[in-house]
Amino acid sequence: MMATPLSSMLLVLTASFVGSFGAVFLKSGANRMRFNLWHLLRNYRLALGVGLFLLSSYFFVLGMRRGELSVLYPMVSLGYVWTMIWSRMFFGEPLTRNKFAGLFLILLGIAFIGMGAAR
Amino acid sequence: MASFGGRVEARIKLTRRQSVGITVLCTLLGAAGQVLIKLGAVQLGASTSPLAMVSNPLLFGGYVLYGLMTGLFVFALRDEELSILYPIIALTYVWVSGLSVWLFRESFNLPKALGVVTIVAGVSVLGRDGTR
Repeated sequence: MMATPLSSMLLVLTASFVGSFGAVFLKSGANRMRFNLWHLLRNYRLALGVGLFLLSSYFFVLGMRRGELSVLYPMVSLGYVWTMIWSRMFFGEPLTRNKFAGLFLILLGIAFIGMGAAR
Repeated sequence: MASFGGRVEARIKLTRRQSVGITVLCTLLGAAGQVLIKLGAVQLGASTSPLAMVSNPLLFGGYVLYGLMTGLFVFALRDEELSILYPIIALTYVWVSGLSVWLFRESFNLPKALGVVTIVAGVSVLGRDGTR
């Protein structure tokens, strides 16, 4: 078993953080979306969302090159936590018990899969 | 141009069930995209030429599926909360775990099985959120 370098953890954390803002901009763009080519082209929020996702996957690929999946997978899934916070902050979405419970189970599940994914 | 059809705001709103369903479809597309990208990466081998990365049909197919997935996800996001739909994307792990065993002969073990069951449970709890 090789240890997980700090640089890999930081890259993956950065990926999760950048990706969560990708989701915020996609949502913000979707809220304003109209099915009209001109409007879609001018919808810079959607473009920014896609751009942030691409940037996030770049950091993700760099981070996943070294280290253990059992450490890195749970860090990737922190993106879901950030996104839940931003959903509340930027869109005023309610944080319900079901959302917390669902998110907790999903994070736990991803941690399990990371443990099972031998490298 | 700006006023062309400007007042046509009436449109069909998706129900929560529909938005969640579309997001689940997104995870299937995303998983298929990941499989194609993995197959393409295997085919490329050690080559790092950018031209090969763009022209490889498997990789290209993977990117197309990712694009489709993103477009559909935006469509689902129009009428539904981000905090409900975004975590559902984690279902991709479930499909990829299954497909990897089937296509790449990766091992399936107890932690993976537990993970799959737990993620599915989490997604169904989220999908049932009763805020409206």
